[in-house]
Amino acid sequence: MNIHEYQAKAILKQYGVSVPEGYLVEAVNQLETQARKIQTDVAVVKAQIHAGGRGKAGGVKVVDSLNACMAVGTEMLGKQLVTHQTGLKGQKIRKIYIEEGCEIKSEFYMSMVLDRATSQVMIIASKEGGMDIEKVAMQSPNSILKISVDPLIGIREFHVRVLAESFGLSTELMPNLDKIIKGIYACFVEKDLNLVEINPFVLTKENVLIALDAKMNFDDNALFRHPEIELLRDFNEEDRKEIEASSVGLSYVALDGEIGCLVNGAGLAMATMDAIHYAGGTPANFLDVGGSASAEMVHKALDIILSDDHVKGVFINIFGGIMHCNTIAKGIIQATQAMPRSVPIVVRLEGTNVEEGKRLLDHSGLDIISADTMDEGAEKMVALIKHKEAIA
Amino acid sequence: MSIWVNQKTRLVVQGITGSAARYHTEQMQAYGTKIVAGVTPGKGGTKVFGIPVYDTMREAVQKTQANTSVIYVPAPFAADAIIEAIDAKIELVVCITEHIPVQDMVKVKYYLKHSTTRLIGPNCPGIITPDQTKIGIMPGHIHQKGTIGIVSRSGTLTYEAVSVVSNAGLGQSTAVGIGGDPINGTDFIDVLKAFNEDTETEAVIMIGEIGGDAEENAAAWIKANMKKPVVGFIAGKTAPKGKRMGHAGAIVSGNSGTATSKIMVMEAAGIAVAERLSDIIPKLKVELEKY
Repeated sequence: MNIHEYQAKAILKQYGVSVPEGYLVEAVNQLETQARKIQTDVAVVKAQIHAGGRGKAGGVKVVDSLNACMAVGTEMLGKQLVTHQTGLKGQKIRKIYIEEGCEIKSEFYMSMVLDRATSQVMIIASKEGGMDIEKVAMQSPNSILKISVDPLIGIREFHVRVLAESFGLSTELMPNLDKIIKGIYACFVEKDLNLVEINPFVLTKENVLIALDAKMNFDDNALFRHPEIELLRDFNEEDRKEIEASSVGLSYVALDGEIGCLVNGAGLAMATMDAIHYAGGTPANFLDVGGSASAEMVHKALDIILSDDHVKGVFINIFGGIMHCNTIAKGIIQATQAMPRSVPIVVRLEGTNVEEGKRLLDHSGLDIISADTMDEGAEKMVALIKHKEAIA
Repeated sequence: MSIWVNQKTRLVVQGITGSAARYHTEQMQAYGTKIVAGVTPGKGGTKVFGIPVYDTMREAVQKTQANTSVIYVPAPFAADAIIEAIDAKIELVVCITEHIPVQDMVKVKYYLKHSTTRLIGPNCPGIITPDQTKIGIMPGHIHQKGTIGIVSRSGTLTYEAVSVVSNAGLGQSTAVGIGGDPINGTDFIDVLKAFNEDTETEAVIMIGEIGGDAEENAAAWIKANMKKPVVGFIAGKTAPKGKRMGHAGAIVSGNSGTATSKIMVMEAAGIAVAERLSDIIPKLKVELEKY
């Protein structure tokens, strides 16, 4: 789960990390009251959307007067912001954050992630702040410092010395840095984070280290023990269909193709999308109905898939395993009869009683075609859609 | 021969009194797996399908000489169940449970490193040696005794690979699902090493997916050490960046972990990568003839 910058900063503050004073605005009529709270000559107006790349897209603006702040804030609120991460449609700016400005002496990059290779938390730091870390990694890999943190040992003073050295910080800043690094690490472990990224992490002219931006991603599987974090979820920032799917226990990701996919198992669901692509079609979604693929789940899954207007056909690929194919087939027929709109369906079933399952599908009187393998099913689905387009 | 599980396997089912665990206990028993004990705290002294249930793993091991465990415990308690099994000196722990918090797995992995226990999973279908022992949730009937080792990060995709191998009349020596989580107990290399040394295994099918660099590391190991042919398959060629595809570990971060980069590295290491599932058997046959 992702949260907004202003929320991430509030959490960091609880862990002793300095952040600029800032005020949230959710409607134009709150703008003036909040803007008047700014104590500095310069302020920064920041669009609060979950996607990155806001700065280059005009979602972060420096203002030097109340009037300018009001003008920029009014313009931003409600606008669609298009960044390299939002897609062409962009993301609507529903909240802005007005922050006090600061004079920057130097900018750094710092993040903590879960490193899969060592199964430990890893600190990633670079002197090149404010830049895309992936670009830095490509252009000057030696400028990136990585520290793997042993869960029993935690963060030690020498880690902080190494970091200070890589940032080029003087020794009097050590206590400041020590508090920040230990705070962020404690936050990472206690709040079950997957990622915290502070870019830029800056040293001000007053010789104070502060987090100028903050990005946090939480482990969805640990949210059950963090009700306070779950409250921070902003449904406006997520795909409506994905929210609906997760609320009924389906794993769904919207894509921009034409063929809906309904599959049991995450790996098989990805392979199904690939098979459609190989056959010359485009997948409209990733969808894992879970191991059991019950009639109820298939029904719900079809509703979600078909609420995407671009879907011209649905490929159902179920490896029944222990389940009986005739039971799955009956579920598919029931769900198909109740579909909100009619599209051709190709079904590939595997498991026990597969012949009986196929017989039921073939004699259902519905627009259902059965296939023996995943690759054959994908080919049939693509051919069917092309045929329909040709005669239309 | 086979790897890790065979007729000497004495299984304890952790969380045996839950409904899914009961169902799979019955399925495993029917397949011929020797289940000697179950553990559910507070249910000690009862029986499930004639299997004695104990309150603790220590007691279960002491009374029944169990050497392997399978875990069907709900996610919030699953890490504790793994740790308890390690403490009881179980040789092989197979964790089926999905959605275990990553920070819990960081601790489990740490404890695991200082033990002699092997963990398979979590979030995996389990491990099976056809006609001998089935541990997990996979459908037994699709398997057939044979010479092909199968290792995969995905559940149903493992069944697909098993199915094509069985249908081609080849059969499996052992099939292992290592799970789709970012931190797991056993990785591709552990399984490949075991298959490499197993006299019964003639070739290996390795099924990977997007996210992380387990496939890349496995490719490097294969190039340097593997004496048997390996056919690969990678799921997620059409997956968008930055989106988790069902499995917690299946995510392309930036430009790393893509299917294309994995396939390139694997091919460069001499692995025959099948573009589609239906290409696995033809590739396998070509590779087997080379050796």
